[in-house]
Amino acid sequence: MKEETKCNDSRRNRMYRIKKDLAKNRLLYLLLVPFILWYIIFAYKPMWGLIAAFKDYNNPWVGITGSAWCGFDNFMTFFKSPYFFRTIKNSFVISLAGLVFGFPIPIILALLLNEVRCTAYKKFVQTMSFLPHFISTVVVCGMVTAFLSPSTGIVNIILKHFGFEAKYFLIDKNYFVPIYTLMGIWQNAGFNAVIYISALSSIDTELYEACMLDGGGKWRQITTVTLPGILPTIVLMLIMAVGGLMNVGQEAILLLYQPSTYETADVISTYVYRTGIVSGQYGIATAVGLLNSAVALILVSAANYISKKTTETALW
Amino acid sequence: MIRTKGEKVFGVINSVILLLVIAAVLFPLLYILAASFSSGEAVVQGKVGLWPVDFSVDAYKKVFADSSIWIGYANTIFYTIFGTLISMALSLCGAYPLSRKRLGARRFFSVFISITMWFSAGMVPIYLNIKGLGMLDSRAGILLPFAINTFNVLLLKTAFESVPDSLEDAAAIDGANDIESLIRIYIPLVVPTMLTVWLFYAVERWNGYLWSMILLKDTNKQPLQVVLTSLITQIGASQQESITDMYDATTNFSKQTVIYATIVISVLPMLVVYPFIQKYFVKSVMVGAVKG
Repeated sequence: MKEETKCNDSRRNRMYRIKKDLAKNRLLYLLLVPFILWYIIFAYKPMWGLIAAFKDYNNPWVGITGSAWCGFDNFMTFFKSPYFFRTIKNSFVISLAGLVFGFPIPIILALLLNEVRCTAYKKFVQTMSFLPHFISTVVVCGMVTAFLSPSTGIVNIILKHFGFEAKYFLIDKNYFVPIYTLMGIWQNAGFNAVIYISALSSIDTELYEACMLDGGGKWRQITTVTLPGILPTIVLMLIMAVGGLMNVGQEAILLLYQPSTYETADVISTYVYRTGIVSGQYGIATAVGLLNSAVALILVSAANYISKKTTETALW
Repeated sequence: MIRTKGEKVFGVINSVILLLVIAAVLFPLLYILAASFSSGEAVVQGKVGLWPVDFSVDAYKKVFADSSIWIGYANTIFYTIFGTLISMALSLCGAYPLSRKRLGARRFFSVFISITMWFSAGMVPIYLNIKGLGMLDSRAGILLPFAINTFNVLLLKTAFESVPDSLEDAAAIDGANDIESLIRIYIPLVVPTMLTVWLFYAVERWNGYLWSMILLKDTNKQPLQVVLTSLITQIGASQQESITDMYDATTNFSKQTVIYATIVISVLPMLVVYPFIQKYFVKSVMVGAVKG
C-alpha cells in the first residue's frame, strides 16, 4: 500500500515536472521540432526500412510492407555467394593496410613538426600538408587515373624513360591496394596530423625542462614526455580507426575499381551499391548493409570497452 | 638554450624531411598545372616537369567550349549556398536548445541524435527512404536528406555551453525570450564556431559526390563533381583501349591535357579560398579533440 502511493506520487511528480518544463521552455521545444523531425524522417525512418533485410523484397511495386517475410534467406544467399568471402577479405585487407601504413604517418609527421623551431616554417609545412584533404575525392581519383594512364600518364612516361615497360596499373588487381593506400595517405595524412599537433601543443613545457635537467636528450624527451603526453589521443584515434575498419571509403573505390580488379577491390559497401542501387536487389543489399553496420558497431564498442579498461580513455 | 651538435644535425635533417613532405604534396598539383598549359606532345614525351613546355591554352579552350562543366559549376554553387543555409538553420535549432541545462528532455534528445553517429541505416534503406518521399532526381532530395551532420551539431552545442549562464539571466531580466536571446546574445558570441561549422558543411557540399551520383540522373541538376567524373572517365575510357598503338594516337595527346585543364578549373576555387579557411578547420579539430 505504501509502495503504491509512493509510485503514484512519483508519477504525479514526474507529470508535474514535465508540464512545468514544457511551459517554461516552450520556445526551446518549438525550436527543436524541425530538428527532431529531420532525425525522424531522414535518420530513424530509414532504420525501419531495415526490415527489408528479412523480406523477399525485389519487386518495387509491392513495396517493403507488401513483400513476404523470408527470415534469414537474404543473409544466407550472401553467405553462400562467392562475394561473401571476397568482400569481407577485401574490406579487411584495405582497412588494415590503411591502418598499418596510414595510422603512424600522421603521428610521425606531428612529432617532426613539433621539433621545428622556426614558427613560420612550421606553419607553412602544416598548412601545405593538409591541403590535399580539401581536394575532392573525385579530383584525386581523376589525378590518379590520369597519372597512371598507360599511354599518356606521367608514371608510365617515367618508367619508359628508364627502359621499363609501360604498365596499366589500374587494371592489375595486384596494384589496387597499394594505389588506394598511397592515395589515402596523400589525401589525409596531413589533416590527421592536426589532432596530434594540437595534443602536442598542450603538453606542459615544464615537463621538458625537468627532463632536460635530468640530462635527458632529445630521444628520451620524446619517449618519456612527448609520447606519453599524446597517448590518450593516439588511443582515441585508434578506437575510431578500428571502429571504422568496416567502413572503407566507398566513394574512392567506386571511382577507381574496374571489373578486372574486383577480386582485390570489391568491398562490402561497393557490393551493396552494385546489388542494391544498380541492380535493385534491395532485400539482399539491405541485409548485407545491416550486417556491415552491426559488425562496425560491435567493433567500435569493443575497441571502446578495451580502451576504457586499459587506458581510461573512451568515446563514451 | 644551448643546442648541442647532435640537435643541430637533427634540426637540419628534420627540415629536409618536411621539405620532402611538401614536395610530395605539391608536385602532383604543380605538374597538373604545368601540363595543362603545355602541348599534348610535350606532355606525352615527358618533357613537362614543373613548368609548361610549348605553352598553349588549347586544352582550356576545349574545356570552356563544353557547357556541361558550367552547368555543373552553377549547380554546385546552388547546392552549396542553399544546402549550407538549411544545414545551419536546422543545426542551430537543435544545438541551442540542447545546450540549455534547464531543458528537461536534453539528455534524451542528446542520446537520440548521438546514436545516429554510431549506427546508420545504411545506403539502401536511405536510398529507398528518399525514393519513397518522391525526392529522386530532385534538388530537394540532395538538399534535405543530407542537411544535418551530428558531429557539427555537437560542435555548436559545445560552443553554446561555453557561454556563461549569467548572460542569459541578464537577458531574461530584460524580458527577452529564448529566441530573442539566442539571436541577440548567443549567436554573436559563437560566430567563430558557426563559421567553422558552416565551412564544414560548405566543403562537404562542394566536394560531395556519391549521393549526387546516385540520386541525380538529370544532367541539368548534377553538381560539378558528378559532371567531372563523366568528363574524366569519358576521355579516359576512349584513351585506354590499348597500350600498343599509343604512338599513332596523336589525338590522345591533347586529351590528357584536357583532363588536366578540367582538374585545374575544378579545384581552383578551393585552392584560392583554402589559405583563408584552413585555420578554422584546425580550430574545430582541436575543439573536437578537447571534447573527445
